[in-house]
Amino acid sequence: MAMNSEHDTPGNSHDEARRSFLKQSSLLTAMALVPGPLVQAAAAELDEKVAAVFEKIPLKLEVNGVKHKVSVEPRTTLLDFLRENLHLTGTKKGCDYGQCGACTVHVDGQRVNSCLSFAVMHEGKKITTIEGLANGDKLHPMQEAFVKHDGFQCGYCTPGQIMSAVACIREGKADSEGEIREYMSGNICRCGAYSNIVAAIQEVKGGGQKV
Amino acid sequence: MNQFQYVRPTKQQAAIDAVAKDATATFIAGGTNLVDLMKRGVMTPQKLVDINRLPLTRIDADPGKLRIGALALNSTVADDKQVRARQPLLALALNAGASAQLRNMATVGGNMLQRTRCSYFYDTTMPCNKREPGTGCGALEGINRMHAIFGFSDKCIAVHPSDMSVALVALDATVQVSGPKGNRSIPFAELHRLPGDMPQKDTTLEPGELITAVDVPDGPFTKHVHYQKVRERASYAFALLSVAAALDLDSNNNIKAARLAMGGVAHKPWRLTAAEQALVGKPATEESFRQAAAIAMQGAKAFKHNAYKLKLGPNTIIQALKTAASVA
Repeated sequence: MAMNSEHDTPGNSHDEARRSFLKQSSLLTAMALVPGPLVQAAAAELDEKVAAVFEKIPLKLEVNGVKHKVSVEPRTTLLDFLRENLHLTGTKKGCDYGQCGACTVHVDGQRVNSCLSFAVMHEGKKITTIEGLANGDKLHPMQEAFVKHDGFQCGYCTPGQIMSAVACIREGKADSEGEIREYMSGNICRCGAYSNIVAAIQEVKGGGQKV
Repeated sequence: MNQFQYVRPTKQQAAIDAVAKDATATFIAGGTNLVDLMKRGVMTPQKLVDINRLPLTRIDADPGKLRIGALALNSTVADDKQVRARQPLLALALNAGASAQLRNMATVGGNMLQRTRCSYFYDTTMPCNKREPGTGCGALEGINRMHAIFGFSDKCIAVHPSDMSVALVALDATVQVSGPKGNRSIPFAELHRLPGDMPQKDTTLEPGELITAVDVPDGPFTKHVHYQKVRERASYAFALLSVAAALDLDSNNNIKAARLAMGGVAHKPWRLTAAEQALVGKPATEESFRQAAAIAMQGAKAFKHNAYKLKLGPNTIIQALKTAASVA
């Protein structure tokens, strides 16, 4: 099953036919043998294996500079893939419906809500999470500014806030307090640290450092 | 979430075939609405046809029109120099919608096809003729603050949620569609439909039809435009009501041409042609705007909780026109 941009992904009509054939044929085999419990269990296990092969989809992507070649169920969101499969739990699940911004990550440099897309849709993409922002032990300037300005209380929204804040400056949408507030509106902070978050962004923006 | 099969064709025809031949299949582009609806069990497609590998992201600045690819991102379109110069109303409406993150995911085609945000549509324990035809409308006698004042039926009083669509209907856009029977063009005003007896059908698209682009014709509305959106917080919320206004003024500040459309009031973006006609030849004054707003609201009817829209509507029209006229 070739899997790259030049080829259609698995799950095309050919695969579909093969999949239902395999499921039916293993069932027919089991029925024909009038099997005992052991054989039934083996058939069930086979079915599961068949299902696993066809229901998971190969996925290649890069996360924080590390290349991954995995297979995932299509239902897995990018957020769940990062947290559950790669154990990168810095990215937070807040609402899980695109309403809070806690799950914000960068895909090919653009900030997105990782809860609202499936991981398989990111074949070949480069993902950056909060874990990929610092340079070794040296914090990213935005992380330092959040610490300095107390840009959080409970901290749950903070990874999303910081990823969004970095993108906000890169996009050139941090020229005034009003603009920052508008372009950061996709990140909700229920502790209400907004004024300190704005201050942190203004400091980084004003410092003129490359973010 | 239900299990589904995932395919990612690289050819447009393969994508169309995949959906046309399977009633349980649906296209996915940005996913910002569909994934949300699938998580809640409101939509349960058995097959997702990911169209992100199709070459439909371009914005072509053609003579006389902009052709915006269906897969162009909302953020890309809103920041595009040609769009900002030739169709500033569209850029304003796009930036009024959602958040920066969502605009980085949402496509132009997906934006216009987003489903209503009616809470009865979203809540699978509630009756909803749009989600499950024949079960009734929960909003009719329920909490209907957000609901329609124009064009509703006794089957559905939901509103279309897109901001972008309000600008596109005002700007006389045309939707380019490709389907099992070939290509066709749909005037934007005819893309979305009123609920009538079939609220489950949001648009006039046929099964398997794929939006490939939207054409926005050049016009005189490059300066005096405004998108006024009223919502319950300053940003990142759906409209209670919105108005797209565009004016072409002569040197004496008289109105040569006008465009007006409302969002948050009907099952489709609501073009106000009678009010537009009433503005032509009038001076760009609050009095002219007030008269046009009165015409625009003719036939509006409120439910128990949305009577405020009968006042908010004309006030927002007047404010949008005043702001558009005063753009220096």
